Amino acid sequence: MLQPGLNHILFISTALFFIGVYGFFTRRNLVTILMSVELVLNSVNLNFIAFNKYVWAGKLDGLFFTIFVIAIAAAEAAVAIAIIINLYRSHHSIDVNKAEEMKF
Amino acid sequence: MEGSTIIFYLLAALTLISAILAVSTRQIFRAAIFLLFSLIGIAGLYFWMQYQFIAAVQIVVYVGGITVLIIFSIFLTQQAGEKMPKQKIGRQIFSVLAVFCGFALVMLQVSQYNFSSIAAIPVAPSVENIGSGMVGINEGGFALPFEVVSMLLLAALIGCIVIAMRSPEEPVNKQKEEILIEAEIDVIV
Repeated sequence: MLQPGLNHILFISTALFFIGVYGFFTRRNLVTILMSVELVLNSVNLNFIAFNKYVWAGKLDGLFFTIFVIAIAAAEAAVAIAIIINLYRSHHSIDVNKAEEMKF
Repeated sequence: MEGSTIIFYLLAALTLISAILAVSTRQIFRAAIFLLFSLIGIAGLYFWMQYQFIAAVQIVVYVGGITVLIIFSIFLTQQAGEKMPKQKIGRQIFSVLAVFCGFALVMLQVSQYNFSSIAAIPVAPSVENIGSGMVGINEGGFALPFEVVSMLLLAALIGCIVIAMRSPEEPVNKQKEEILIEAEIDVIV
């Protein structure tokens, strides 16, 4: 087999992205939808680091972008779970098909 | 075949197989554990690419923070042992086809492009370089995004507390709610 290079890592990150998208399309449970979004964000991080290492080795911009994406994903996951808890209190279910009425 | 090649393929297999199982299993707790393995596989890939700092940040924040938060929320909002309802087969077939077509399209375009590395003196991703870049105020420094992300984390912290706070006159199930809010604060901080 070849020495693993940029194209191998791009294959993995693309596959992870589309696996996350499949989970986002298929799942009905809000927590599992959140898990699929985390997979998508991780695939993007892998992409940034791979390009930083193999193409733009003279700067660290990809690495800093990855750090910021990780921080923002943590904040987003926490806020999403707070919303899920709030929704569970009023509906007693976290099925997306049940959360369908707007206030007015 | 070298050892590093074998390790790369093992890590790639761990990541992808865990991700596929995470989005297709019908038991929600197992989905969270497969997500955990997938994130550990990605951290292993960062170690393989010799970006040790990002691998450590990934393990601490993603595996040790976000996945634990997801497991807490599973326990707080539903029975972790029951199976989720089976999906409609039409939706699954459509999703698999759409995802496969998207993947094939992207991979065809990406594999035909010859990425050539820009000739420059490589900067090692060591902690000194990361640190001096993160708080640098000169050209190429990231001090401003660093401060803005701090404010974003503060806003997320306050927002989580406000959203998940139980109003005082409701019957109290305070233990679980406070444990979860403290876990969220730990993740963010």
